[in-house]
Amino acid sequence: MSTDGVNVDRRRLLIGATAAMGAVGVAAAAVPFVKSWNPSAKAKAAGASVKADISQLEVGQRAVFEWRGKPVWVVRRTPQMLADLPKNDADLKDPTSSDEAQQPEYARNAVRSIKPEFLVLTGICTHLGCSPLFRPEIAAADLGADWRGGFFCPCHGSRFDMAGRVYNNVPAPTNLVVPPHMYESDSIVIIGEEKA
Amino acid sequence: MAKLGKSLMGWVDARFPATETYEYHMSKYYAPKNFNFWYFFGVLSMIVLVNQLVTGIWLTMSYNPSGEGAFDSIEYIMRDVEYGWLLRYMHSTGASAFFVVVYLHMFRGLLYGSYKKPRELVWLFGMAIYLALMAEGFFGYLLPWGNMSYWGAQVILNLAGAVPVVGEELVTWVRGDYLISGITLNRFFALHVVAIPLVLVALVFMHLVALHHVGSNNPDGVDIKKVKDENGVPLDGVPFHPYYTVHDLVGIVVFLAAFSAVLFFFPDGGGYFLERPNFEPANPLKTPEHIAPVWYYTPYYAILRAVPSKLGGVIAMGAAIAILFVLPWLDKSPVRSMRYKGTQSKIWLALFVVSFIGLGYLGAVPADPVKTVLSQILTIIYFLFFLLMPFYTSMETVKAVPDRVTGGAH
Repeated sequence: MSTDGVNVDRRRLLIGATAAMGAVGVAAAAVPFVKSWNPSAKAKAAGASVKADISQLEVGQRAVFEWRGKPVWVVRRTPQMLADLPKNDADLKDPTSSDEAQQPEYARNAVRSIKPEFLVLTGICTHLGCSPLFRPEIAAADLGADWRGGFFCPCHGSRFDMAGRVYNNVPAPTNLVVPPHMYESDSIVIIGEEKA
Repeated sequence: MAKLGKSLMGWVDARFPATETYEYHMSKYYAPKNFNFWYFFGVLSMIVLVNQLVTGIWLTMSYNPSGEGAFDSIEYIMRDVEYGWLLRYMHSTGASAFFVVVYLHMFRGLLYGSYKKPRELVWLFGMAIYLALMAEGFFGYLLPWGNMSYWGAQVILNLAGAVPVVGEELVTWVRGDYLISGITLNRFFALHVVAIPLVLVALVFMHLVALHHVGSNNPDGVDIKKVKDENGVPLDGVPFHPYYTVHDLVGIVVFLAAFSAVLFFFPDGGGYFLERPNFEPANPLKTPEHIAPVWYYTPYYAILRAVPSKLGGVIAMGAAIAILFVLPWLDKSPVRSMRYKGTQSKIWLALFVVSFIGLGYLGAVPADPVKTVLSQILTIIYFLFFLLMPFYTSMETVKAVPDRVTGGAH
């Protein structure tokens, strides 16, 4: 084939432009395939908020609710538990809840809750998603004499205090998550919704 | 009759390279005559691949990939489908057998320098196969929808959550839900039975094409193409068919005997092939006491846990696999085979084997402070094997490599 009289630059430009348009087309065609992996409308509806009745919860007890398939704990803390919280500060990774992703703004305080008495937490370890155990007993034999009550993850040994704050030298990187929640009344917490 | 056959073959060959392909890959593919025990594991991986494909297709005929039906359909296969128990155990035992033979096959590569020039692409395709195999195992492990399936997938998927900024959205996108649900199960099913197997078969094809293009390595690491007879046939080579096809049949029979022993007498592999919590259905609200991945991932899992930071652990785990890809360019030795390499290479390879097996053990048992320190030491050894390789392979004294292979049939 003769290439005499061919404008090489123009040919190169045309090939480049065609290839670029082709790439745009491929990218556009990929959108539906990528997007179809997002949660469907049905999954989104199933992920809506849940109402938790906490009127029967005794002081020092924990109740477990389910929201989006995850356990959500509501702990009614004793005055002793609340008084012990500041004593843990020196041993914690993030005692002041400085990581904004781990709790909504209204729970970013010393007790990590809206009402100091009631602690609402997502019961999933921030390390690899196991569900930690509720271990309120002080100085439990297997957790050491310094243990002031909190949560212990059986999978990889992460420890959290009674405000879901993570201890130093454990695999979990951050405090336990406080899910979005609001009080509809003194006895009803809505998990998954916030006051506007 | 023979004449008719010949003319029929001629008709085909004029239209499709049947004879040419057969000769290129079988009857005129000259493999070194000194293959030893370690050279059985390539063909054994092919046997296991076929086992996985065939039993897998049969299992999909009775399996129900939904959150409500998956666990029950496995029990249905186990109890009600004729020989369903056998097909399922062949598949689950086959998964572990696949990794056994692939790990031994990869070790052979390390031992005899099969990744070295000109076989870098053979190694890279092989590594891609290994990655695809790990993905295949991961997606497949969710399908029985037992509690360990569920929580194992939970732990591994959450690794993606360590990605800065977009981590959480990425995990939700992969799951297709706010938790691992039937939606996740359904897509993992599609990936496990269609997408990854297609990739796997394509990669195996390219692995073999690349291998047959450059020719097989051998325990001496000698290039057999250097010494040829008057017909251009390597003096140390024998046609793959019939010599190695028949030879490999012996290995296949021995392997199948061992495979059947596990299949019929220990189908759960003592809790390592099928983990005990997986005999109860998936339960998002109940974490098993101790979560460990299936044995073939445990070395990497130990590396993940050895690093006291989530993102750091994920990076270390990824790096442990990624570094295998660049192996051909880390080995600066003038010789291929461990038979002619120096003492340092031998010691490092031994240390590497110890670290890999040690990490495999540590990744399978619950962590405690002593074991964590041990994992950290072994992780360092694992990486040093690779990172120091350019130095110890170039500095040590090597033995002279003979012109012809040693040993083997005559």
